[in-house]
Amino acid sequence: MAINAKTLSETELFYGHKACAGCGGSLAVRIALKVLGENAVAVLPAGCMSAVGFNFPQLCFGNNAIISTFAGTASMLTGVEAGLRAQGITDFHAVGFAGDGGTADIGLQALSGAIDRNDDILYICYDNEAYMNTGIQKSSLTPFGARTTTTPAGKNIRGNLRPKKNLFEIVAAHGIPYAATASVGYLNDFMRKVEKAKNIRGTKYIHVLAPCPTGWGVKTDETVEIAKEVVDCGLWYLAEYENGEFTLNQRPKEFSDVSAYLKRQSRFKHLTDADIEIITKSRDEKWEFIKKNFK
Amino acid sequence: MSKKFLSGNEAFAYGVRLARPQVISAYPITPQTIVVEKLSEFVEDGSLNAEFIHVESEHSALSCAIGASSVGARAFTATSSQGLLYMAECLPYAAGGRFPIVMMNANRSTALPWNIYGDQRDSLSQLDSGWIQAYAGNAQEALDLALMSFYIAEHSEVSTPFMANLDGFVLTHTYEVVDVPTQEQANAFLPKYETENKLDLQNPRNLAFSAGPDTNTFFKYREHLGILNASKIIEKAEERFAEIFGRRYSGLTESYQTDDAEFILITLGSISGLVREAVDKLRAEGKRAGLLRLRYLRPFPNEEIANAVKDAKALAVLEKDVSFGNEGTVYTNVNSALQKAGITLPTSNYIGGLGGKNISFEEIINIFDELEKQQSKVKFLGIGGEANGD
Repeated sequence: MAINAKTLSETELFYGHKACAGCGGSLAVRIALKVLGENAVAVLPAGCMSAVGFNFPQLCFGNNAIISTFAGTASMLTGVEAGLRAQGITDFHAVGFAGDGGTADIGLQALSGAIDRNDDILYICYDNEAYMNTGIQKSSLTPFGARTTTTPAGKNIRGNLRPKKNLFEIVAAHGIPYAATASVGYLNDFMRKVEKAKNIRGTKYIHVLAPCPTGWGVKTDETVEIAKEVVDCGLWYLAEYENGEFTLNQRPKEFSDVSAYLKRQSRFKHLTDADIEIITKSRDEKWEFIKKNFK
Repeated sequence: MSKKFLSGNEAFAYGVRLARPQVISAYPITPQTIVVEKLSEFVEDGSLNAEFIHVESEHSALSCAIGASSVGARAFTATSSQGLLYMAECLPYAAGGRFPIVMMNANRSTALPWNIYGDQRDSLSQLDSGWIQAYAGNAQEALDLALMSFYIAEHSEVSTPFMANLDGFVLTHTYEVVDVPTQEQANAFLPKYETENKLDLQNPRNLAFSAGPDTNTFFKYREHLGILNASKIIEKAEERFAEIFGRRYSGLTESYQTDDAEFILITLGSISGLVREAVDKLRAEGKRAGLLRLRYLRPFPNEEIANAVKDAKALAVLEKDVSFGNEGTVYTNVNSALQKAGITLPTSNYIGGLGGKNISFEEIINIFDELEKQQSKVKFLGIGGEANGD
């Protein structure tokens, strides 16, 4: 039976934590654990989800869970998986939940190593587009133009000058068995991908966009809406990589307004029409690439 | 038991095989590499049934071992020098999580300047990381230590990771005839690793959590007690080892001619072989010289040192490291042991062997000669007297 909101488990495995209201990351973790079930063994690096979930004696995971070093999500997952298998235990899912900084910056080497070894792990990157736990600093997944506390928007520099690192395709370039992008705005799609990854042997990677109202400057009840809008306006896309091929899961007939998406977030408030033109052009180039190379 | 002609690295690898680790994370670095090469051969030929993981860095090597240990598997890794420093974040992590990983460290100089040869600045820089630290004197001891380290680290009263140090090249690459015990003997010595401190599908846990100011001291104190407990568990392990293998070790320290010694040299690692010869020569000349070899630096042998030197006239500490801006780290620790025991005698510190520089027999004899002057000083071997303020 296909997994969806109706068939999803009622069992809560991540609750009682102190994440901010409207936290997209905690939604991704909660939903993924519902799909994976109570035999999920979760590894989370130092970051938002470990900071909000592991404060002794208030420990918030109903399944096995452990904090890794910031750089060590993938390497600890490798050890967890190998250690259980070495003891003849096979009915578990080793899953990592790391943010964008923990994945695309400090944890990239260990992630690449794990994919290279094809370790039987699922790595989920909840991407909120900056180092949110330390107070909104730029990561390599912060999009062009975004204001963070280390890319202030002033007279001379208008926020982040670099585009978002293309981590999905970097991961795919390893020849990984399964990689996907997702958004907490399209939860059925995300759940389906977690379910699919659950049944694939080898390394799996899911990159789920997970808005942070605190860092993005939107209302706490707008998380899901803005996570939909980023897909609808074409600045994010829902895709999979499998058997050496890219597949696009959702092809918007017509993009919604990029400017509207940007302007509703305080991190982009300072952008000029010229800046928005750069962002729109870069989106169109990306979609040209997707049309050529994705099924 | 069979006799084999093995280097220190190979002897240690044989010891690890006898301990039957379930997960080995491996990354090469000179002069440790032979250990992981040898273990990969054991896995290939089927004589060792372990998950052998080719990690992409030392940070991942220890992080992976922590992951394996966190689910109750017996885990091993090995490193040296820059590698130890690169994984340094994971050292207190493993200790604080009470994960009894065993790691061999081939003692090597740390950059800059680059140097691949042996000194002890790498491991001594990590003395406060919460790991048990042992220093082997020869290849046989390296093998035996490999086997005993798992027993000690995994003991429920200890639950502390174990760093077994071998002097780079001098010990790691020097061949000796080594007794290799049988697997049956090893199995009789080393029980299966059992722990409740693990992620468990039947009894889910949250591990490696945060503990704020209210609870942090509690966990850190428990960690301290665990490594202190290692003293008596080391004794117990060696007793058990002697019963099964017939070789007896002497705990945290090894004394040689210290009972009536007036002048005692305290050192660690493989240089102690040469110091022993120097003591023999001086004894033959009627001089009352003695050697105290520190086999463990954590837990630190405070009482053993005090007992060994209490009737001496002066002592020197010879070590292959320096804590820049102060003195040798071992010297600092030894002086603290004396102070706590109310022993006042002149102590000197000889810093030698940095970057693999040879320490000669004559230099050791000279240390004993200088001890008779009963001065307290810190002196570097192998540089001119002027630099030492002489």
